[in-house]
Amino acid sequence: MSKARRAVAALAAMVATGAVAQETTPAMVAAAEKEGKVVWYTSVDVKVAEGLAKVFREQYPKIQLDVERSGSERVFQRINQEYQANIKNVDVVNSSDASHFMFWKQQKWLAAHTPPDAQKFASQYRDPEGFYHVWRATLCVMGYNTNLVKDAEAPRGYADLLDPKWKGKLTKSHPSYSGTSLTGTFAITKALGWDYLDKLSKQGVQQLQSTTATPKSIASGERAVMVDGNEYNMFIEIDAKSPVKVIYASEGTPFVTSPTAIFSGAPHPNAARVLQNFLYTAKAQQLLVDAGGARSVHPDVKEPANRTPLKDIKLLPDDPAGMLPQIAEIKKKYTALFGN
Amino acid sequence: MVALLAVLVLLPMYWLLVTSLRDDARAFTLEHYKHLFVDPAFVKPLVTTLWTSAAVGILCLAAAAPMAYLVARTDLPGKRFLRILILASFVTPPFLGAFAWVLLGGPNAGLVNQWWYALLGVKPFEAAPLINIFSAWGMVFVMALYTFPYVFTFVTNSLEMIPSELEEASAIFGARPVATAMNITLPLVMPALLAGFLVAFLQSMTLFGTPAILALPAGVDTMTTKIWSLFQFPPQPGLAAAASLPLLLITVALLRAQTAIMGRRGYSIVGGKSTGIRTVKLGWWKVPALALFAFVLGCSIVLPYGVLARTALVKNWSAPMAGNFSLEHWRFVFLEFSQTKVALANTFILGASAATAGTLLVVVIGYLSLRKLVWGHRYLAFLATAPVAIPGIVLAVGLFIAYTQPPFVLYGTLAIIFLAYLTKELPVGYQQVAASMKAVHPELEEASRIFGATRLRALFDITAPLIRNGVIATWILIFIGSIRELSATILLFTANTKTISVTMFDLRESNDWGPIAVLSLTMLAITFVMVAAVNYFTDRRKP
Repeated sequence: MSKARRAVAALAAMVATGAVAQETTPAMVAAAEKEGKVVWYTSVDVKVAEGLAKVFREQYPKIQLDVERSGSERVFQRINQEYQANIKNVDVVNSSDASHFMFWKQQKWLAAHTPPDAQKFASQYRDPEGFYHVWRATLCVMGYNTNLVKDAEAPRGYADLLDPKWKGKLTKSHPSYSGTSLTGTFAITKALGWDYLDKLSKQGVQQLQSTTATPKSIASGERAVMVDGNEYNMFIEIDAKSPVKVIYASEGTPFVTSPTAIFSGAPHPNAARVLQNFLYTAKAQQLLVDAGGARSVHPDVKEPANRTPLKDIKLLPDDPAGMLPQIAEIKKKYTALFGN
Repeated sequence: MVALLAVLVLLPMYWLLVTSLRDDARAFTLEHYKHLFVDPAFVKPLVTTLWTSAAVGILCLAAAAPMAYLVARTDLPGKRFLRILILASFVTPPFLGAFAWVLLGGPNAGLVNQWWYALLGVKPFEAAPLINIFSAWGMVFVMALYTFPYVFTFVTNSLEMIPSELEEASAIFGARPVATAMNITLPLVMPALLAGFLVAFLQSMTLFGTPAILALPAGVDTMTTKIWSLFQFPPQPGLAAAASLPLLLITVALLRAQTAIMGRRGYSIVGGKSTGIRTVKLGWWKVPALALFAFVLGCSIVLPYGVLARTALVKNWSAPMAGNFSLEHWRFVFLEFSQTKVALANTFILGASAATAGTLLVVVIGYLSLRKLVWGHRYLAFLATAPVAIPGIVLAVGLFIAYTQPPFVLYGTLAIIFLAYLTKELPVGYQQVAASMKAVHPELEEASRIFGATRLRALFDITAPLIRNGVIATWILIFIGSIRELSATILLFTANTKTISVTMFDLRESNDWGPIAVLSLTMLAITFVMVAAVNYFTDRRKP
């Protein structure tokens, strides 16, 4: 085999596995418009998702984008239920439980596709075979209502929440619903042990589902302190002048990556690639950061000045490979302590 | 007809039973049942379900029986208006009331509690809340608010059908109104009271939305929320199927008890108009009587509707109105939210098709079984009322298993949800139609046939006009029951087959109260338009 042929073969293999980026070509757009529709299952806050969808529709008015929003674990459950019943409805998926993508990849349910912008990402935010990439990241933060808690009295970390003065004042989201909460809860158990959650469960915690719900709970004043919630929802609340502040826990704050991928059984494969490429553009990523409060791993995206830069925050990195085999156990133990 | 019903009702139940006795390798096992009765994670929800349902039943009796008496037998002012409000709470979807009560009775941000703290001059957390809606008792309270109309309707109907001559006789012999009510009226309406309690109990036991919204945040599980959680991935249909068995058995036992009691105290319905019902003069008792109505209807209608309207029109639902006004949620729901249009269309299609098919079905079943026209007419009545014993969520598990495998692969289509609604609403429809048919004594038809009419002619000329209003009422009941359905839909929907109810449930999980309020008001508007349209239609046809 000549050198040139070998190079072509290698290139073909790369294209086949999706490791080479595919630009949005006029032909791809034409094919996508013929499909007319793309279905996006996502766990991002519904208003953030629809805000991005609006920009997408302006750019591609002939492609109807349907947003199906739910918690990551619920998205996972729905897709698995649909695939078991041989229903191919989802085109593009986003989940804040990165281990889902490992599972789907093992099942051979994902189609490899590398959006051009994702090539610029640091290698830890890309699947080497191009099946998924980190679309957004968020921190699973603590927070409090400033009308109900004075700054000086606010808890500084998880351990402080066991103080009897917080009894009945806490709210937490559920790892069986939210991928962010699962990732965060797993990080907490690694840092503080299950013993900590056992004690926390005796504090009269308001058990909510989504990590988008807990920031809204403390913003409304229903509870004073949030054990876990999306940093991006806290930024949205702060921008809306809600009386809340973020706490970066002294023990460290869970860092949650949230990839997207295309399903190999996607009913609208071309529209899926158009959407996927769009989601990773600097424009969409900047919108996600500015209006959606998220953290982006895109090198061209600028952080707003009023947010604490990532490098100044003590992080607890996520570990999807380590979490994957333990998910059922984590959910079971957690539910035994906190209910559903 | 028997075969059709059997497939509709028994197939999902057959799969439930089979699945409950199978392990993952499809081999026979009793492991699920063992798990069920040993694991406190199951015993506790069962106990919670039982006591809360009983509490709802008792609360409903305590409120609705006096209300029914006051409306049917006294000179209470504004009866017509009060009845309309009671009808409104009847058609209000219970989970919608639960949403509203989160906004009213949340212990710290809820508006009622905010008023309470303002009254005491303290801040939240400095004093105990007036109401903590996130609790088992909070759930009981809200369930009762939307279940009492069943009891009210049972008792009022019964009172209106019982001629008041007996009570008049009692009064003539000098008994005071209270003594007459206790000694004469109460025994006469006892079957209706028991039936009302039973329906309230069963209704509460099978609700999913209210416990999921109010009890789950407090870490309290009921059987329905437990079964739902078992169906999350990876689903455990075997355990879920086994967990539904106690509910099924309790219901069957209660229904048998009810039949026994009703049988002993049964009375024939008198056709035609009574000579007029004697009304008791209330005098100064009007004040506490009206206070009772004000409290119940205030909590079930005025406050919830008010808070939903307010939430739909402000940016931050818990903040004061001033400077907070916004149409943002309306814009979002109707212009941006991609699920609105699909969900509205699905809800309407499902409601109308289930109501139409259901009404046709129960009319045929009712006629065949009451006139004993076909072989197996006893089974017809049994099959048509059997789904009352099947909680929506359990039916959904059965349907899911039955219709995800050949020959009928329906999962992911509206058809499977349609089947769920049809099956679930059969008992309500059947009871409604059977009641109006029973009121038409066969002698009327027999007379017509003696004069030479065929059975069909007798049916159309005699029975049909007499039961027409009952049939239209059946259609409304099934329609309203379908568009509010949540507990079965929650397991059967996919992205393309979402209804308004599950869309709202999704929004609830992320605390998006503004859009929920907008969708709630939309759903209420559709419901009331339907009810008003059908009322208008029936009125015009009245002689």
